[in-house]
Amino acid sequence: SQCSAILSFSFQQRIEIHKLRQGDNLILGFSIGGGIDQDPTQNPFSEDKTDKGIYVTRVTEGGPAEVAGLQIGDKIMQVNGWDMTMVTHDQARKRLTKRNEEVVRLLVTRQSLQKAVQQSMMS
Amino acid sequence: MSTAMDTESTYSGYSHYSGHSKKAHRQGRDRHKSPRSKDGSRSEKSVTIQTPPAEPLLGNDASRAEEGQDDNWGETTTAITGTSEHSISQEDIARISKDLEDSVGLDCKRYLGLTVAAVLGLLVFLTPIAFILLPQILWRDDLEPCGTVCEGLFISVAFKLLILLIGTWALFFRQPKADMPRVFVFRALLLVLIFLFVFSYWLFYGVRILDSKDTNYQGIVQYAVSLVDALLFIHYLAIVLLELRQLQPMFTVKVVRSTDGESRYYSLGHLSIQRAALVVLENYYKDFTVYNPALLTASKSRAAKHMAGLKVYNVDGPGNNASGQSRAMIAAAARRRDSSHNELYYEEADHERRVKKRRARLVVAVEEAFTHIKRLQAEEQQKAPGEMMDPREAAQAIFPSMARALQKYLRTTRQQQYHSMESILQHLSFCITNNMTPKAFLERYLNPGPTLQYDRDRWFSKQWTLVSEEAVTSGLQDGIVFVLKCLDFSLVVNVKKIPFIKLSEEFIDPKSHKFVLRLQSETSV
Repeated sequence: SQCSAILSFSFQQRIEIHKLRQGDNLILGFSIGGGIDQDPTQNPFSEDKTDKGIYVTRVTEGGPAEVAGLQIGDKIMQVNGWDMTMVTHDQARKRLTKRNEEVVRLLVTRQSLQKAVQQSMMS
Repeated sequence: MSTAMDTESTYSGYSHYSGHSKKAHRQGRDRHKSPRSKDGSRSEKSVTIQTPPAEPLLGNDASRAEEGQDDNWGETTTAITGTSEHSISQEDIARISKDLEDSVGLDCKRYLGLTVAAVLGLLVFLTPIAFILLPQILWRDDLEPCGTVCEGLFISVAFKLLILLIGTWALFFRQPKADMPRVFVFRALLLVLIFLFVFSYWLFYGVRILDSKDTNYQGIVQYAVSLVDALLFIHYLAIVLLELRQLQPMFTVKVVRSTDGESRYYSLGHLSIQRAALVVLENYYKDFTVYNPALLTASKSRAAKHMAGLKVYNVDGPGNNASGQSRAMIAAAARRRDSSHNELYYEEADHERRVKKRRARLVVAVEEAFTHIKRLQAEEQQKAPGEMMDPREAAQAIFPSMARALQKYLRTTRQQQYHSMESILQHLSFCITNNMTPKAFLERYLNPGPTLQYDRDRWFSKQWTLVSEEAVTSGLQDGIVFVLKCLDFSLVVNVKKIPFIKLSEEFIDPKSHKFVLRLQSETSV
C-alpha cells in the first residue's frame, strides 16, 4: 500500500478549465458524483467501493471540461487548492461553482494512468 | 374394464393345489427372496443383499399380484418371539409351515396377559370392600360402635372406588391395537407393583386384624381407606408412566422405504423400540404412498443391461479368482462409454409426456361425463318419477364414457391393479351422492395414495418383523437403527435426538428503529 500511495501521488494530472458563460451562469461542462454523505457502493467509477471521493460522472461534449482534458471517471482530488477527498456532495458543488472564479484548476487522478504505471513498475 | 386374471401363471410348476394356491404364492415369493434366508439362524449384524439372476420380471409381477387371495395374511400381526434376542423372520415360519399353530399360540399369549391383568384388577378392586366387610361378618358383636365418622369414611371409600373404576376403565380397557414381540415393560412393572402392594396389605390385615380380632372398627375402616388412596396414587403413576412420559418429543426418526427411497420424519418421545416401531407402522399406512412393485422393475433391467455383454476371459491360467473377475467387470463397465443415461433421460421425458396427455384426456372425459348428471330437488322428484335413478344407477350410466380414458391412464401409471371396476363404480356413486366435482372424483386416481386407501389384498405389507440390534424393550437412543421388514420391502428407521436448544432473549426498543437514505446524486456543474 505504501507503493500505491506513492504512485497515486505522482500520477495525478492537473487540469485547468475555463468556465463558459451561459446567460447568467458559469458552467464547467461536467457532472460530479460522490461525497462523504453519499453511498460509495453505487459509484461505478471507483475501484475501491468505500471511496467517498468526488468523481466525474459525465462530461458534456464540446464543453470546457472536455476541451481541458477532463475524462469521465476521473477522481477530483483538489479544486483550486481546496481538498475534495473529504467533502460532502454539496460542498463539492459549491467549490466548483463559485461565481467570482472564471478558471478552476483541478488535480485529478485516473485509474487508467495508475494501472499503466503499476504494470510498468511490476515488469 | 376388468382386471384380467392372468391365467397363465409361471408358477404352475410349483403349485400343488389348483386355483388360488397360497403355497405357490409363498414359494413364488420365496423364489424372489435372497438366498440368505436359507440358514436357520440369522445374524442381525450383517446384511447381505444378493440380487437374483436377471429374469423377465414384468410379466411375473403382474401375475403375482392377481394371484393372491391369502386369507392367512389377513391380520396385522408381528412375528412370534423366540427364546433368543432376535426376532425370527416370517419366511422361516412359513418354511416350517406352522402358520395356524403359531397364530393360535400368539392369541393364547395375548389372552393370558389379559386374563392375569383382569383377575388382578378384580382382586384389587374387591380388597377394600373385603377389608371393611370381613370384621362385620366375623366378629360383629365385639366391634366398637363407630357412628358418624365411619359413615363418612364409607362414603369416601365408595366414591374413591368409583373414581378408580372409571379411571381404570379409561386407561386400561382398550382394544389391543397390535401384537408386540416382547412384553410391555412398564405395564408388567405396574402389575407386579400392584400385586406386591395388595399382597403386603393383605398380609398385614391377616396377621394384625383377623388373627387378633381387633375391635377398633374405625381403625380398620381407615386402613381400608388408606389402601384405596394408595391405589389411586398407583393409578396416577400408571398414567404418568404409560401415557404422559412419551408425549414430549425427544427424538426425530427418519423412516426410509428400501425399495424406492420414500422417506418421512416423525417426532417421538421416550418410547421403547417396539412401541416406536408401532408408531412408525401406524403412520406408514397413512403417510407413505402405496407400495407398487410394477414401478420398480425398470432400474433393475437398466442395471442388467449395463453390465451385460461383458465377459471375463482368464488368459493367464486356470486360477478362478471370482472377486478379481467381478472387480474387473465392474471396472470395465464403469469405463464403458454407453448411453444408458441418455436412454433414461429420454425415457423419463417420454413417459412424463405420455402421462400428461392421458391425464388431460381423462380429465376432459370425466368432466364431460359429470355434466350428464343432474341432482333432482325434492319438488322435482314428484314430477318425473320415471327417469329417476339412484346413485349407483347414475354411476353405471355415466361410467362407460370415461371408462376407456381412465383405464388408459391407470395403465400408463401402472396403477391398474389397485382399482377394479367395482371399486371405481362404488367410488363414482359415492362422489355423485356427495356432490363432488370431477376433480374430487379423480383425486383418487391421479396420484397414488396412502396404503389405507386401497383394498387389503393390494397392500403387500401386512405382517411385519422388527429387526434390531438392541433389545426391543430398551428405550430409544440417539443413533439407533432398526428395520421393519415385510416380505417385499423394508422400512429402515434411523433415530436422532432432538438437539438441545439454547434460547436467549433480546430486547429491542421500538424507538431504536431508525433509518437513513443512501444516495448517489449527480450534479452538473
